[in-house]
Amino acid sequence: MSAGAPILSVDHVGVRFGGLVAIADLHFDVHPGEIVSLIGPNGAGKTTAFNVMTGFLKPSQGQVRFRGTSLQGLPPHEIVRLGLSRTFQRTSVFPDDTVFDNVMIGLHRRGRARLVDTLLGRDRTGEAALRDRARELLDWVGLAGRAQDKAGSLAYGEQRLVGVALALATEPAMLLLDEPVSGMNASETQVFVRLIRSIRERGVTILLVEHDMPMVMEVSDRIVVLNYGRLIAEGPPAAIRSDPAVIEAYLGQGSAAREAAQAARETIDA
Amino acid sequence: MNRHLPALALLAALVALPLALGNEPYLLNAVITTGIVTIAAMSLNLLLGFTGQLSLGHIAFFGIGAYVSALTSLGFDVELLGGFRVVHEPWPPAIGFGLAVLATGACGYLVGRLSFRVRGAYFVIVTISFAEVVRLVALNWVELTQGPLALTGIPPFSLWLPGLGTTPLRTKLPNYYLVLVVGTLCYALIARLVRSRFGRAMRGLKENESLALSVGINATRTLTLAAVISAAMAGAAGSLYAHYLRIIDPDVFLFSTTVTMVIMVVGGGKGTLLGPVVGGLIFGLLPVALRPVMVPEAQWMVFGLVLIVIQFVMPRGIVPGLARLATLRRTSAPARVPVEVRP
Repeated sequence: MSAGAPILSVDHVGVRFGGLVAIADLHFDVHPGEIVSLIGPNGAGKTTAFNVMTGFLKPSQGQVRFRGTSLQGLPPHEIVRLGLSRTFQRTSVFPDDTVFDNVMIGLHRRGRARLVDTLLGRDRTGEAALRDRARELLDWVGLAGRAQDKAGSLAYGEQRLVGVALALATEPAMLLLDEPVSGMNASETQVFVRLIRSIRERGVTILLVEHDMPMVMEVSDRIVVLNYGRLIAEGPPAAIRSDPAVIEAYLGQGSAAREAAQAARETIDA
Repeated sequence: MNRHLPALALLAALVALPLALGNEPYLLNAVITTGIVTIAAMSLNLLLGFTGQLSLGHIAFFGIGAYVSALTSLGFDVELLGGFRVVHEPWPPAIGFGLAVLATGACGYLVGRLSFRVRGAYFVIVTISFAEVVRLVALNWVELTQGPLALTGIPPFSLWLPGLGTTPLRTKLPNYYLVLVVGTLCYALIARLVRSRFGRAMRGLKENESLALSVGINATRTLTLAAVISAAMAGAAGSLYAHYLRIIDPDVFLFSTTVTMVIMVVGGGKGTLLGPVVGGLIFGLLPVALRPVMVPEAQWMVFGLVLIVIQFVMPRGIVPGLARLATLRRTSAPARVPVEVRP
């Protein structure tokens, strides 16, 4: 694990909805510049964890710290201001606006225009700068050709890219991606992996939730595995691939799981 | 400039309208009151159309604007709790107009602050209750409002011209142009707002609230600001109403007027700039066309029928419907080339 202070620490977070335990006790750190994946079977509590980190849900216990600041009680729009941004699993766009206007909405925090300036027509230069920035962002995620299309009319994979552009528009220090490649085919996924790497190269730390295991194994520096709201394993991809607890979580305790676990042990021994 | 062409054409037509009407005071009166209600409908559209929040008590802001402006220009003498007496000498109507805008803006802030933390149905309920409470106050605080006896003798606006001094606007024609000027200013203000950063924040909240929050848009602040501007604009319309009719009673707070405004916005096309103007003109002047043939109560059925037909033919309202037709006609021209049919 890299040294130095973590950029994000999830400190013994628990979430309960009445009697249902969505997250029992989640505890892990992410360090600056890392690409970390949060994986686990359906219902393991991954999206719930994202919602806690970004202020959409209040944890029942524990807290999340971002760059040393506790996020306790902060609403989503203030957490973004601290430099922690996210994408959404399903609804990642403003459907009735063009892709370009989507990014313009995303640049809200960057705009400085006050209402008075708008009414007096003094926000022209600021608006021009925002439009330039929106074009840059669309170039970056590869959607320049789709700028004037309605976001709601794009394919799912492209809507994900709009979501990423929106998150990048807030100039985050860390980006949380919720199942970014679901609904993408293999080649689109490869393009997306390159995008994730280019985002990291610009100094943005990345935490992603994803079901596409080959993609997770390829892109992650480290993987955190959740099951039934608990952390069951943590480590680099190679170690996670052969971790008996992880295999059990994904495949159950049937014969197939035992065989897989056996095979994993043999690879480690060899 | 191109995108403003329909609006500019409409403005030109409205400037020329009195020439076409000639000296027909009944029609001119109908057009003036329609114009005033249309300004209120434009203000409602800022909330309903651009943020998606339905204010069913919008008439309260209109009525408060009317009463504040009227009382400012009439003066009053009331005794508050504990024998504290407030006496106000009459001020010019123009100051009443300004105070009406400020007071209703403050009311919009109050209602927004109270209800936008939860939004949706709560906002609808809070606005309805607010309108009802204000109506009851206007009805029962007789010392201030004269209650059902109405405030009468409200002075008209006056115009100051260099060399000519001040002239009170007692006739219909100057009042028509006053309403047109205020309406045009409100239109320009809304047009500028919705294309700005603030307008984008409103659209974002309406289309996908979670996503809007996640890019740093402060929902409570944005919606409250929209409510303030919308309420202040409705208050301005109310002030125009008071000084034009020169008599107001608590019936200005009738719920049915809010319904008319909603019909104007939805029928014309909510979330469009021209929608409430077109809807306002149609539904404001419909009673004039219907008056020779049916009693006012029956007109509501025609309103409903017209709205159903509009929604059936143009689900998003008249203005979006026409805009769609225009683009279809432009883009479908090549498609008219006959397609070869195989035997």
